[in-house]
Amino acid sequence: MSSQSTTIPTTVAFGTARRRTTMGIVFLALAGVIWYFFSRTTQAGMITTFTLNPGGSQANFPDLVFGTLPILNVLASVCALMGAFQLVRGFGKRTNVVLGLVAALFIFAFLSWVASGASLNLAGLLRATLIRAIPITLGALSGILCERAGVVNIAIEGMMLTSAMLAAIFGSMYGLWVGLLSGVIAGGLLALVHAILSIKYKTDQIVSGTVINIFSIGITSFISAKYLASSRHLNNPGIFSEIQVPGLVDIPFIGPIVFSHNIFFFGMVILLALLHFGLFFTRWGLRLRSVGEHPKAADTLGINVFRTRYMAVILGGMMAGFGGAYFTLGSVGRFDEVMTAGRGFIGLAAMIFGNWNPFGAFGAGLLFGFADMLAARLAILGVRVPSEFLLMAPYVATMIILAGVVGRGQMPAADGQPYEKEGH
Amino acid sequence: MAKKDTQPQSSSKKKTAFGIFLEELTRGSLLVPILAIVTGLLLGGLIVGLTTEQVYTTWSESPLEAIGIGVNAALRSYGALFNGSIGNPERIIDALSSGEEAAIRRAFNPFLESLTKSVPYIFAGLAVALGFRAGLFNIGAEGQLFIGAITSVYVGFALTGLPAIIHLPLALGAGALGGALWGFIPGWLKAKTGGHEVINTIMMNYIAFRLSEYLLRGPLQRPGSTNPISPFVEASAQLPRFFDSPIRFHLGFFIALAAAYGVYWLLFKTRIGFELRTVGANPKAARYAGMNIVWVTVLAMSLSGALAGMAGANEVLGVNYNLAPAFSSGYGFDSIALALIGKSHPLGVVLAALLFGTLRNGALQMQIAANVPVDIISVMQALILAFIAAPAIIRTIYRLRTPEDDDDQLHVRGWGG
Repeated sequence: MSSQSTTIPTTVAFGTARRRTTMGIVFLALAGVIWYFFSRTTQAGMITTFTLNPGGSQANFPDLVFGTLPILNVLASVCALMGAFQLVRGFGKRTNVVLGLVAALFIFAFLSWVASGASLNLAGLLRATLIRAIPITLGALSGILCERAGVVNIAIEGMMLTSAMLAAIFGSMYGLWVGLLSGVIAGGLLALVHAILSIKYKTDQIVSGTVINIFSIGITSFISAKYLASSRHLNNPGIFSEIQVPGLVDIPFIGPIVFSHNIFFFGMVILLALLHFGLFFTRWGLRLRSVGEHPKAADTLGINVFRTRYMAVILGGMMAGFGGAYFTLGSVGRFDEVMTAGRGFIGLAAMIFGNWNPFGAFGAGLLFGFADMLAARLAILGVRVPSEFLLMAPYVATMIILAGVVGRGQMPAADGQPYEKEGH
Repeated sequence: MAKKDTQPQSSSKKKTAFGIFLEELTRGSLLVPILAIVTGLLLGGLIVGLTTEQVYTTWSESPLEAIGIGVNAALRSYGALFNGSIGNPERIIDALSSGEEAAIRRAFNPFLESLTKSVPYIFAGLAVALGFRAGLFNIGAEGQLFIGAITSVYVGFALTGLPAIIHLPLALGAGALGGALWGFIPGWLKAKTGGHEVINTIMMNYIAFRLSEYLLRGPLQRPGSTNPISPFVEASAQLPRFFDSPIRFHLGFFIALAAAYGVYWLLFKTRIGFELRTVGANPKAARYAGMNIVWVTVLAMSLSGALAGMAGANEVLGVNYNLAPAFSSGYGFDSIALALIGKSHPLGVVLAALLFGTLRNGALQMQIAANVPVDIISVMQALILAFIAAPAIIRTIYRLRTPEDDDDQLHVRGWGG
């Protein structure tokens, strides 16, 4: 980290003995929860049925039917075994993979318990999770692009909100594609403001981000109250229709879940792959990351720090704009005041959770999208957990990650620091 | 920020609060904040003019007339804003000459309502300013405010049969305590694990919003109500009002001023304040001087949270008497702007809070009289904040000289570490 921020010694480092113990206890705790809350409240002989065909698909796939209690006990035992092994020997470098596995088992156990004595459309849940992950992941990718170049961007929320509104207005007036384009441009323009404030004027990047967030909430509510409320025809863009990937969509189970979405899902997947490839396998990415890690060294090697940062922030803003357009053109087909409801900030959380890596962020986006989806459906599923607590989960999880309990992330070293050329 | 504050004891021992504030302002150029506010107001007027449809219909016939219409619309809006926030001069004169008590109350209500509206701004602004002084960016005032409102409203309605002299301080104290807890957690995480307070307070904001949603639909819901709203607080927990209806001006305003003085005293007159500012200005030096950075960080965030919690407590105990999800119009976020405009000085914060309270209050009248949505105020606040945060913009526009000692800028450490 930078010299300024070493004032408070970090007590937990990546891969220490303490971390090993903590993770072991986490695994054991999850096993305990499965046993205590799920197994004990399930009567013997109950049957769980998972439907594996999402609605409207032609592919026929048999339902998954099993006895609830045996499966729960098996899952609890597997988690407990992993916890015990982690405590005694440790999984070493594979700890994070095992953590993901245990989390997946836990979620599976939870769903089995919810669906005991009933039928649950697992495929539908997974599909909804993917859809909910779209804006979160796009927000996270936007954040990664900015922060890898050393500019903190907490304005993703505001960018998404503004572009959602402009996409709705222009989409209503000139059609969906113009709406999408204007959303992307709006994100880019707000990002340009952020870039000018934080790179040229060296404003504190948090303040600059706050400016954009306050401005976005104000201007969208202002326009919404003054125009959209009275002229409904300006706020009725419709939504992009679904694209079915020929061939792949016929794959049983996976096909309808993954290969039948609108343009925003496929756009996200393409951006995800492009960003990963671009950041880690091209000269462009190497330069961008060097600017975020050590701008002075990059400058010495002839990389234009300012131009690189401008480009990264603006491209990031356009990505956030694409994610913002999803809210209106990809989801509900209408703009409502403050409709992003903190998704931009969850994207930021997903970025940290995913350790500033595109695929890590996507994984976190899936996890948070799952929580988001479940919160919306808890009432339908008949679970007596208040949905608000599920909605809190991403935020709590991010704070735990930040506290270093499950391993500290590696943020770009020069993140948040304005760059000043020498002799200036 | 503010390196100069590392040796304040010698130079500012006998100065008054106002003296120090003036010194700070002039050193950082008093002009910049004022010009920023003026520019923000001008641009707000421009937006009002640009969103007047008549301007466009007249444009093809006579651009000059169209501009006139736009300017007129802006002036009319600001006229409504003035009448709504300070009071309509004609009405005041009429009321005074008629001598009718109710009329006088109505005439002076706008001004007193502006003061009432600025109470949460004063508290929340002080919260952020105190954090800035300790080098901490408390972006979570909004969440702390919500928690403070929840705890104080709970104490306000759950305890019954207490005399006001006990009940009111208890309810206020509960608000401060709730906010302090919400500030303590990120402070403790920052001090112990290095988790950056900006992210943690953002996360805590959303946890607070979800928690209040849950509580207002569950345990704290008013019996018999289907809306997410809490029961009314007992009369003994309400902040006393000074005048009859419709004037809502209440004791909280003076508590806020006292809190501002308290923060000033703490920051500039006590050893703790000195440590706090030293840690904020130069943590390395503070550690070499033997100061306990962990303790100072936790204390600063807790105090900051307590102040923000008081903002929520004053809203529910002084104005609404109950808690509904929409009780805060973003005080916590606006308070960042306040603290920056006020240069993180209590007196500056109070002045900026009075300005924001006045704008907020007048905006309601502006919406009714001139059909300009209140949200224009948020836009103006964002613009003012941008100009304050990037003084170079203002200096470029007005061709001001750049001061040699340029420490207007706020420096926050990168996050995560």
